[in-house]
Amino acid sequence: MNAMPPAAPPPMSLLAELTHRCPLQCPYCSNPLALDGRESELSTAEWLRVLDQAAELGVLQVHFSGGEPMARPDLPDLVRFAAGRGLYTNLITSGVLLTEANFRALADAGLDHVQLSFQDVDAAPAEKIGGMTGAQVKKLAAARIVVADGMPLTLNFVIHRGNVARIPRMLDLARDLGARRVEIAHTQYYGWGLVNRAALMPTRAQLDEATRAVEDARARLGPALAIDYVTPDYYADQPKPCMGGWGRRFVNVSPAGRVLPCHAAETIKSVAIPDIRTASLGEIWADAPLFRLFRGTDWMPEPCRGCALREKDWGGCRCQALALLGDAAATDPVCARSPAHARITEILDSLPDAPPPLVYRRFGNAPA
Amino acid sequence: MTDQPAPAGPDTAEQAVVRFMRGVRLQHDRVRDQWVIQAPERAFVPDPVATEILRLVDGQRPVSAIIDDLAARFDAPRPVIARDVLALIAELTGRQVLTT
Ligand code: SF4
Ligand code: SF4
Repeated sequence: MNAMPPAAPPPMSLLAELTHRCPLQCPYCSNPLALDGRESELSTAEWLRVLDQAAELGVLQVHFSGGEPMARPDLPDLVRFAAGRGLYTNLITSGVLLTEANFRALADAGLDHVQLSFQDVDAAPAEKIGGMTGAQVKKLAAARIVVADGMPLTLNFVIHRGNVARIPRMLDLARDLGARRVEIAHTQYYGWGLVNRAALMPTRAQLDEATRAVEDARARLGPALAIDYVTPDYYADQPKPCMGGWGRRFVNVSPAGRVLPCHAAETIKSVAIPDIRTASLGEIWADAPLFRLFRGTDWMPEPCRGCALREKDWGGCRCQALALLGDAAATDPVCARSPAHARITEILDSLPDAPPPLVYRRFGNAPA
Repeated sequence: MTDQPAPAGPDTAEQAVVRFMRGVRLQHDRVRDQWVIQAPERAFVPDPVATEILRLVDGQRPVSAIIDDLAARFDAPRPVIARDVLALIAELTGRQVLTT
């Protein structure tokens, strides 16, 4: 039988990774280990075409990300074009390049929202993780510029064993700065995060404390600050619905124009990675083998195939199954029903007491 | 004229002018032919009643005018419409969609 799968509903969000260049070097960065260099980046005209095709296809929100998207001088032009096409525009930034002047240009271009990442609440540990001296004061200044303008601001804190104890103060900082939302997001163990897993993974006790801190803050701070909490799925019994299902809601375009169902999907080598320079976003979304590979439920092995939750979590993360089991089509081992779930327990049991040195995210710094 | 405080309750609530918070908007999704609320990190589809109400939120007219408009167009008593409108506004204010 060779029936065509049902036509894919259009994507809701585009993650536009404009560049992998970044002044910071966070060891949990979600970028791939093989970073795209400046010379391979899409041009302004190419990005405008991507944005046009995204709006045409039905994308509602575009997230300008990186690396550091503010390293691209054409960012205001891209924002203006996207806003003109009715796309909701979100800037995901480290804030270290943000000034009154370039923020004004983005606001005038129609930027809707800023998501600003913080490595920690205190400068010393923050700058140790980010690998950039002087970053914290720049980030604080950036937050104040956004809030003073009235544009909604989300603060994003990536959590790991080194900063997990300071979550209550992170949430206070978000409130004091006037953020409308805050994300307390445990490291996701792909890419650089996976390389640094032994240095970053919290203990179960630390995780429980983190969860309590978030619950306390929700009660203490009320609805004025929305708190989004993302746990490390190694400690869960059921995986996350990665990207809301493969090829269902999200499409990611890398700096060099590779089109991906999620930002780690370049690790999957069994099919060709689609290229926006040679096909349109709509064609790729509908037909590229990479997008069809794990779309829906037909690809699923047992126990997912017969599981009542298969359209809730879509069998979990394909890239995690690949990274941990060597098989992207396996049930995510995070799932307690996975025959390979013991692999997760093994990893957690063998975490060292003293964290090994961090491998910083830098061009040429990835382990072989 | 007296110094009595304005009566609290529905009347004051109806005099308020509501608007979408900065960074939040109601938008027609041409591809899916539906109205969506676009907000930071989320987009969601209001039900048909909420959509009719939100299409009248312009940051200019008071809530009472929104209710009058709906009462003129829909076959329901004004107090019923007023209750729905005020409940929706309260809910969406709590969810950081609307503000006064
Ligand atoms: S996680 Fe850190 S290194 Fe990676 S893009 Fe963001 S700020 Fe830069
Ligand atoms: S068996 Fe598969 S579908 Fe069921 S909960 Fe586990 S990962 Fe999800």
